[in-house]
Amino acid sequence: MKIGVITFPGSLDDHDAKRAVRLAGGDPVDLWHGDADLKGVDAVVVPGGFSYGDYLRCGAIARFAPVMEKLVPAAQGGMPVLGICNGFQILCESHLLPGALIRNEQQKFFCTDQVLRVENASTAWTNDFEQGAEITIALKNGEGCFVADAKTLDELEGEGRVVFRYLHGNPNGSYRDIAGVTNERGNVVGLMPHPEHCVEEGFGPSTDGLAFFTSAIKALANV
Amino acid sequence: MGHVVVDVMLKSEILDPQGQAVAGALPRLGFEQFTDVRQGKRFVLEVEGDVTEAHLAAARDAAGKLLSNPVIEDVVSVHDLADEDAR
Amino acid sequence: MSDLSMTPEPGHEAGAREHHTDSNQIIAAPQTDGLDTVTKAEASPDVEQPWAELGLKEDEYARIREILGRRPTSAELAMYSVMWSEHCSYKSSKVHLRRFGDLPSETPRGKQLAGIGENAGVIDIGQGWAVTFKVESHNHPSYIEPYQGAATGVGGIVRDIMAMGARPIAVMDPLRFGALDHPDTARVLPGVVAGIGGYGNCLGLPNIGGEVVFDDCYQGNPLVNALCVGKLRHEDLHLAKAAGKGNKVILFGAKTGGDGIGGVSVLASETFDAEGPAKRPAVQVGDPFAEKVLIECCLDLYAAGVVEGIQDLGGAGLSCATSELASAGDGGMRIELDRVPLRDSSLRAEEILMSESQERMMAVVEPEKLDEFMAIANKWDVEATVLGEVTDGEHLVITWHGEVVVDVPPRSVAHDGPVYERPLARPDYLDALQSDSASLLTRPSSGHELREQLLAVLGSPNIADKSWITDQYDRYVMGNTALAMPDDAGVVRVDEGTGLGVAVSTDCNGRFTKLDPFIGSQHAVAEAYRNVAATGATPLAVSDCLNFGSPEDAGVMWQFSQAVDGIIEACRSFGTPVTGGNVSFYNQTGDVAIHPTPVVAVLGVMDDVSKRTPSAWKDAGLALYVLGETRDELNGSEWACVVHGHLGGTPPQIHLDNEKALATVLIDGARDGLFASAHDLSSGGLAVALAEGAVRHGVGASVEFEQGNAFVSLFSESAGRALVAVAPEHVEAFEAMAGGHGVPATKIGETGGGALAVGDLFSVPVAELAETHQAPLRKVFG
Repeated sequence: MKIGVITFPGSLDDHDAKRAVRLAGGDPVDLWHGDADLKGVDAVVVPGGFSYGDYLRCGAIARFAPVMEKLVPAAQGGMPVLGICNGFQILCESHLLPGALIRNEQQKFFCTDQVLRVENASTAWTNDFEQGAEITIALKNGEGCFVADAKTLDELEGEGRVVFRYLHGNPNGSYRDIAGVTNERGNVVGLMPHPEHCVEEGFGPSTDGLAFFTSAIKALANV
Repeated sequence: MGHVVVDVMLKSEILDPQGQAVAGALPRLGFEQFTDVRQGKRFVLEVEGDVTEAHLAAARDAAGKLLSNPVIEDVVSVHDLADEDAR
Repeated sequence: MSDLSMTPEPGHEAGAREHHTDSNQIIAAPQTDGLDTVTKAEASPDVEQPWAELGLKEDEYARIREILGRRPTSAELAMYSVMWSEHCSYKSSKVHLRRFGDLPSETPRGKQLAGIGENAGVIDIGQGWAVTFKVESHNHPSYIEPYQGAATGVGGIVRDIMAMGARPIAVMDPLRFGALDHPDTARVLPGVVAGIGGYGNCLGLPNIGGEVVFDDCYQGNPLVNALCVGKLRHEDLHLAKAAGKGNKVILFGAKTGGDGIGGVSVLASETFDAEGPAKRPAVQVGDPFAEKVLIECCLDLYAAGVVEGIQDLGGAGLSCATSELASAGDGGMRIELDRVPLRDSSLRAEEILMSESQERMMAVVEPEKLDEFMAIANKWDVEATVLGEVTDGEHLVITWHGEVVVDVPPRSVAHDGPVYERPLARPDYLDALQSDSASLLTRPSSGHELREQLLAVLGSPNIADKSWITDQYDRYVMGNTALAMPDDAGVVRVDEGTGLGVAVSTDCNGRFTKLDPFIGSQHAVAEAYRNVAATGATPLAVSDCLNFGSPEDAGVMWQFSQAVDGIIEACRSFGTPVTGGNVSFYNQTGDVAIHPTPVVAVLGVMDDVSKRTPSAWKDAGLALYVLGETRDELNGSEWACVVHGHLGGTPPQIHLDNEKALATVLIDGARDGLFASAHDLSSGGLAVALAEGAVRHGVGASVEFEQGNAFVSLFSESAGRALVAVAPEHVEAFEAMAGGHGVPATKIGETGGGALAVGDLFSVPVAELAETHQAPLRKVFG
């Protein structure tokens, strides 16, 4: 299963995302922001970092990269796409996912071992979890506060599109403790915490992140 | 050369932690009269020659596409900097 | 860089310039058409030049004239003045730093691949891998502008590591601030921390440790030191030299602006108006995104084999880079300064030479590889400009629109600066200080008092939980972090295939160095060495950042000399060479200097970092042992400071052989999987180690001491000790191993329960320990 990982200028966790894909049994493929080419991959991870320095709004410039011209229609057509942290911000800026991420309510960058509840175990990136499972995933961001208008939030809740919720305290002020969401089809998932940092015993707070990537591989195998 | 100003503000229903931090600090400095603060962004776009209506139209387009995120922000003003100076 | 591998501290003007004068009074060199050329300098030998205002001494200025056989141009004067300043030339410290070179350069793993004389030392860690690391200061800029000062400190040390051909893999920040509750600390600390995080997080480098110390002595002189570790394959080592006639000299990275050149504005001509270049900021501003792209671009350039020589631009900017590259090569260099891409077109030649704009590198490239170089730079959108080339002459020649403004022997700028033998004198106050022993202080007389004093120490600013700070740093990026703060040392994997990795710790107890700089600096080396060994890594090498007061004070210079000797004696015993570092002088306000603060970084290697030992236990039912001997040593201790506000006596004894034996037990025990946890005993002694161990995973401990021994057992700060937790099935093997190495292993109790219980003397619930530990920083910073 070929899973592409996009590198933008300023991407930081692209290497880690590729490692996670490999450890989950997939074949990671390098995708370059400047090439409008998905190289025939079956799924895509948009990794964390500070694309273009994130000086305008997080993800605002990356959204217009040539690779996104191919990614957006592919995602709309059902390809599994996972946006992690900056990748989540990019997917929101691209309107593949609802809402937006703004500066943490606490006004500072925050790195912690965060407990999440899996609220939807039927997406392309969560089907290997049990519904309601509590998992520990590394969280690290300065602009991770998920916001949307009340109508959108109610829709997300009503349609089961809140995928992850923060437990034991809200680390960034996200509305309704939302850590991650999905699109209507359940193939595009974005979240602020970093599953790719939680795939190896001894490196990172847990190995709970591996199931994100095995989920995608299973979802693809079942197509 | 001319300058087009684009002012962008967070929508009123969106949390503005920076603005709240400023709002919290003002009374500590004796500024009791300000009941709320919202922080926005200002972009100044430089053009050759005087600002034309075409420049303003292009700036409005860019403001909607890149300079703001309509999910959380409103473009509250696109205008010629010279008009501001004249005021 | 300079021949002792001690690099300048960018922008440390206060340290460099010993005379401050109102710049309005300066009579600048005549600048017809704004330019002072070599031709003009030859024709006008008697022009008054502002050498004193640039920090040069009269004899130094005379020597420049002697070297050149004429008066310097204003551009040359600027170059010499900044390169011969304290922070670039090490003129006060050089005679002492030379003694580091007497240490054997072998590490326990083999030879150094590069050391003294390069941007940073490079050591072999086996399997074809090498690592490079260095710690540097950015003290003064961080006091002036905490966010940008600290941010650019990270940027500078990362470029030093990149310049060796290495990929940076981790950073650490040893920090010293004034009192926690002082209003200025509330200004400096959050800015420094946000700057380190804002820059380092954006580079994608895990921040794995460091220190945070509060002491009144740092109130006007906070210390912001930054460390970076990089990894490289042996064959990828790059050195800073410009060799090969005809090779191109390329400046790449950010554009050049007026950053950090406030001091050079004395050279500004009167022909410029007040809005012109005379007003230049002394603060450099960092752009971490530009640096991140520069890192990836450099690594692609190295991988493609298109770089002959590489140098970072830090303190003294192009002056330093061109003169050092040229003097390390085999010929001369010709540079067309007007080709430098500028952010501010009003910059003058000497200002461009001095600019400390960040995120720039200089490369030497063979002409036939130029196209490939440019293609790679273009891929990363990094601006690259050919400034000139290596020549077969012996001079560094710099032109400005065709006119020669610099024509110097590069070595005379980079390496032949003045060397001072500053007077040394043991400070008069030391006798009284050392005779004021902590043994005279009132000790707790009941279990209740012991409990209260333990909580007082645990809740003191220096011992308190620092997660308010460290949670603003990304410790996970790169996915190779095996240990990070609050563990004793940071541990990162170097090779994903084999698990080979490194451990790094930085330490210095400034109270001990104040009481006795020789013994105190040995404590600094020993503590960092012990912390590295506690993780299971074998210590290999040392880098140091020597933070002191004014070298013009004989007492400070004596402290400095003693500290160097102390570090050398410890390193000789441990077999760890000093591979590089940095000196920061003038950390004082008026006549009052900071405590001597030689921050020592020790780097160690582990063949498989998955076997590392953490600092805190997770399970109940483990046997707790103190390794090493506990003596009645409270001088300079956290207890004396917190409970009695006392600093006096002589520091605890140090026995280097005992430290080595302890390290062997810690390393072998980790290798054999004997330890559930190992925590070095230092500030706050066993009391703090037990409390930290209990708080970390919420598992308490019960311990017991012989009648009357509880106080000394808990609060003594004797060196050469560690607290280890051992599972019952390993107890026998552990005791035999410790005994075999002659290290006393005293069983004090076991882990478990919801409290830290000390015999029938007292007990503190873990929740109360945690609350006490976390309260101080939260109270001040929210």
